[in-house]
Amino acid sequence: MNVSRRKFIKSMALNSAAATAASLFPGISFGAWKRIDQPSGMIHWQKTPCRFCGTGCGLLVGVSGDRAVAVKGDPNCTVNKGLCCVKGYHSVQILYAEDRIKDALVRKNGKLVKVPIREALDLVAEKMKETIKDHGKDAVAIYGSGQWSIADGYVASKLFKGCIGTNNVEANARLCMASAVTGFMTSFGLDEPMGCYDDIDHADVFVTWGNNMAEMHPVLFSRMLANRKSKDHVRIIDFATRTTRSSQASDRSILFRPQTDLAVANAICHEIISNNRVNWDFVQKHVSFHKGKTNIGYGTEDHFAFNDKAETIDFEEYKKFLEDYTPEKVEKLSGVPAKDIKYLASLYGDPDQKVTSFWCMGMNQHTRGTWINNLVYNIHLLVGKISTPGNSPFSLTGQPSACGTVREVGTLTHKLPHGVVMNEDDRKMAADIWQVPLKNIDPKPTYHTVEMFRALDRGDIRFMWVQVTNPMVTMPNLIRYRNGALKEGRFMVVSEIYPTPTSDVADVVLPSALWIEREGFFGNSERRTQHNAEIVPPPGEAMSNTWQIIEVARRLGFEKQFPWSRETYIEDAWTEYIRFHDSPKHRMAPYKELTTRSGIQWPFVDGKETKWRYNPKYDPAAKGDDFDFYGKPDNRAWIWARPYEPAAESPDSEYPFWLNTGRVLEHWHTGSMTRRVPILHKAVPESYVEINTEDAAMMGIVNGEKVKIISRRGSVVMTASIDGRGRPPKGMVFVPFFDENHLINEVTLDAFCPISKQPDYKKCAVKLEKA
Amino acid sequence: MPVFSYLVYPKPGEKDKLHRDLERLDFCETMPAENEDLLILVTDTPDDHTEKKLQLNLKNMSSLQSLSMTFGHTD
Ligand code: SF4
Repeated sequence: MNVSRRKFIKSMALNSAAATAASLFPGISFGAWKRIDQPSGMIHWQKTPCRFCGTGCGLLVGVSGDRAVAVKGDPNCTVNKGLCCVKGYHSVQILYAEDRIKDALVRKNGKLVKVPIREALDLVAEKMKETIKDHGKDAVAIYGSGQWSIADGYVASKLFKGCIGTNNVEANARLCMASAVTGFMTSFGLDEPMGCYDDIDHADVFVTWGNNMAEMHPVLFSRMLANRKSKDHVRIIDFATRTTRSSQASDRSILFRPQTDLAVANAICHEIISNNRVNWDFVQKHVSFHKGKTNIGYGTEDHFAFNDKAETIDFEEYKKFLEDYTPEKVEKLSGVPAKDIKYLASLYGDPDQKVTSFWCMGMNQHTRGTWINNLVYNIHLLVGKISTPGNSPFSLTGQPSACGTVREVGTLTHKLPHGVVMNEDDRKMAADIWQVPLKNIDPKPTYHTVEMFRALDRGDIRFMWVQVTNPMVTMPNLIRYRNGALKEGRFMVVSEIYPTPTSDVADVVLPSALWIEREGFFGNSERRTQHNAEIVPPPGEAMSNTWQIIEVARRLGFEKQFPWSRETYIEDAWTEYIRFHDSPKHRMAPYKELTTRSGIQWPFVDGKETKWRYNPKYDPAAKGDDFDFYGKPDNRAWIWARPYEPAAESPDSEYPFWLNTGRVLEHWHTGSMTRRVPILHKAVPESYVEINTEDAAMMGIVNGEKVKIISRRGSVVMTASIDGRGRPPKGMVFVPFFDENHLINEVTLDAFCPISKQPDYKKCAVKLEKA
Repeated sequence: MPVFSYLVYPKPGEKDKLHRDLERLDFCETMPAENEDLLILVTDTPDDHTEKKLQLNLKNMSSLQSLSMTFGHTD
């Protein structure tokens, strides 16, 4: 092996160990570091955001010749300040696994065979035309991802919504972030967090709501631990349904029964009011009170429709609503001792403590996901702990560009890059920027993700193009949707980098350029847009997803809307896109600026980033002297009376266990990339089922034994993990979903939050049998 | 040509001894933490046979409490 390359592999090995050490021991220092970490002159280092989680760490990728050979944390990126997690350090290895898809494939006589990419793109365009002619424009759909680069999502939206005229545009962020969006919209009228990661350095107390940050946002968790290490009084409270690595590193671990976070959040508010801890000055000036519909259903039936209706109430009515949520009553429902609820209320209510709440999938993948988001905002609003350094209700995002691409570009059926399809002014703006007739943009949303796959199964959708996601692993109640995709008369196009269960059902597979093989942008959890150049060339005929869509758009006759050259199309798409956000509330940084810096937070006004929104000290759009919640017509943040309602399916005598699903540190989502990195694969080679020790003893199950998990929808056999890295309470099992050989989503339920339409992957009923 | 890195935990009070023991082994580079009882070990062996021998030597080291792998690469 080339000596220089070997030296850099050793440097990666060292970096990886140092990063792991730093996440376990914040502040750890290695005196000999500089001696070993000298870069050789043969390696060029270029900046990029990490390809994986929504933390959005800045990385420096070392390139030797045409190959990426090393990774280190970018010290200029304020997100991670030079730190990375184990996935980040191994990230360049995802480019080079042996079975990389380098050529286009078309199904002929049942088999996928190689064809020139031009031929495959011709076929895609032809099939789209044919489907629209035979079945109408709403029979074609595109399903993308929070891992789409911003330009991918932008051109997808422009082609489908603006040119073809269908709102059949969805993304897998519906499965991970939709409740966060509806939570923000209903409480503040605008999407995305008011705070930023600097809150981590300022807070005195952290409460993590159903959020295993030590594994899912490890670099942010390290920053929290570093803050605690530097100040004696800082506390971390883990509020969750199972014991995890985060619980072990926290000062207190408080467990609640699934779904009862709704009741506990209300009980905290009850306690804040009864102990007179309300920040009246803030509440009277900046808050209004509201209620919505109740008994809102679960969406398990096709064509389910729901629209909430807000009614204004006064503080007294809100207080009366909370009478059902005394800590003592809620203890019975939630299993959380009343004294712990009072303890949490005392932390939030203490005017001398700055409190940051973090959450992610635990609150979003919830049949009342919008409500629980509202309820945690309620707590912060009652005590006025918001939009100031360290006081932050902070909804973390899972994917690298769920915010940048899906939420900001609006790649969801009801959204446009600015606003929603239902609003005529928003449609006019889009028609003007896209140079399409106004009537092209349909004012009616079509299908959210679950309903889109139901429509494919029913035959209402006949053509679906999937990019950068793996729905044949991730859809809940998977068997129905896989069978649907395989039905006669369906045409599936899949843009991919490796073979997956989704490419297995494809009629055409398009080879995609991955991450640093193409220029692009991501937008992370804290409103930070990050640019990467094309750092290494893509293999074979692989091309960016953006360019694939442009090629097809031109074949469909939309050359006028997509006139850009292959050299400048990313810059051109960005420059056009940011016209949608040209106001002090959301102005984005220009292209040139983004290419030189390790990310920029919007609103970016007069050359300045905005760290805390709604606070005139920091936010150029905010007026007045203290706070300005300008997203709502009454210029106030909204507190919502939202009750506890049970889960769609709860354990019973036949199916006595809760099934909770999620992720592990080493694997990214469905594992199609990380399972091809030897060290990550070796660390967790297959999925498993965590079982409580007492439950296992009662059933005579020992560690490592095979267990069958059965629900009303399907079953899967897995290895038992007892007292492993995660420990569920009695009556619950937990399964990571990264393993395509053990499809846990054949077991899960496709119930969703009626407001956000985001499915609940954390709660359904199962039984266990020894296999 | 395997390259691995590990976090190495010494037995209580034996960090310096562990550092010396590791430094004596071929194909190993160590980096002790300045402010924690922990070392980083990077191994770079020419073949699988040597790698196996090295693993055995590490296993038998009396000052070593535990090893946890953080990186692996084999050509
Ligand atoms: S914490 Fe997330 S963004 Fe940062 S290196 Fe790890 S996977 Fe990448």
